[in-house]
Amino acid sequence: MVQVKRIVLDVLKPHDPNGFDFTTAIAEKTPGCSVKLTVTAMDARTETVILVVEGKNLHLHVISEAIGSLGGSIHSIDEVDVENGPDDTEPA
Amino acid sequence: MTSMIAELIWLLTLTRSHVIARRYFVVNGFDGALTMLGLLVGFYVSEDVRLPVVINACLGVAIALGMSGISSAYISEVAEKRRELRELEKAMVADLGQSAHGRAARLLPVVIACVNGMAPFAISLIILMPLFAAPLLEPLSLLPLQSAFALALIIIFLLGVYLGRISHTFWLWAGLRTLLIAATTTTLIFALSPG
Repeated sequence: MVQVKRIVLDVLKPHDPNGFDFTTAIAEKTPGCSVKLTVTAMDARTETVILVVEGKNLHLHVISEAIGSLGGSIHSIDEVDVENGPDDTEPA
Repeated sequence: MTSMIAELIWLLTLTRSHVIARRYFVVNGFDGALTMLGLLVGFYVSEDVRLPVVINACLGVAIALGMSGISSAYISEVAEKRRELRELEKAMVADLGQSAHGRAARLLPVVIACVNGMAPFAISLIILMPLFAAPLLEPLSLLPLQSAFALALIIIFLLGVYLGRISHTFWLWAGLRTLLIAATTTTLIFALSPG
């Protein structure tokens, strides 16, 4: 079963919500994950951040929707870690 | 209902509009309290004014203050929030209509307008309570107009105390400062009253 374990995103976001609220809101939408945010550039109204999301089985559309609902937009997907582990149900 | 309140609190915090709502509450609440105080003193110096006349006049003013607060804040806040959203959309080069910022621009003017309108209306109603409860005050030898006046002074003092807490200044001094404004208003009405 193919599972996304880690995604690194380049995101443009408004100053508000701040980094704490932004990552907390994303983590709430994707249970069991860890979110790390690093600010790389600052503008008058916006900031560019690198968002690292790690988890057991991440769904990009869920993270993307969460970012969009917070006023952010994904510039690029910089890194993705995907694993193809054994199927949950073994054939008899 | 709980999730809607949580959403509103989140949007208020996101846009820092809770500071605006708090300011509107104090400013218009003070406006309402001082207006009622002025009306009550005006009726007191007029003498022989029937209680129903006082109640109707004060209630009319309270409703007008409430409506004025709601409409003026709504009109100005809609314009402000739209402008803020447009500027943010320009910076983000994206449509933020469906984001928290878009929802805030639509919902918060209504919330802020309600705060702005309800503050003077509710405070006015509290001040008018002794007038409504005049028959109950009679056995206690309390005069309705004077009781309402005292209540107005207490509320004005409490609004000052609240302002003092916000600005981290000594509460008693802040309360006495607003009370001084009330005293000045009362003195001016007495001094300028032709009767």
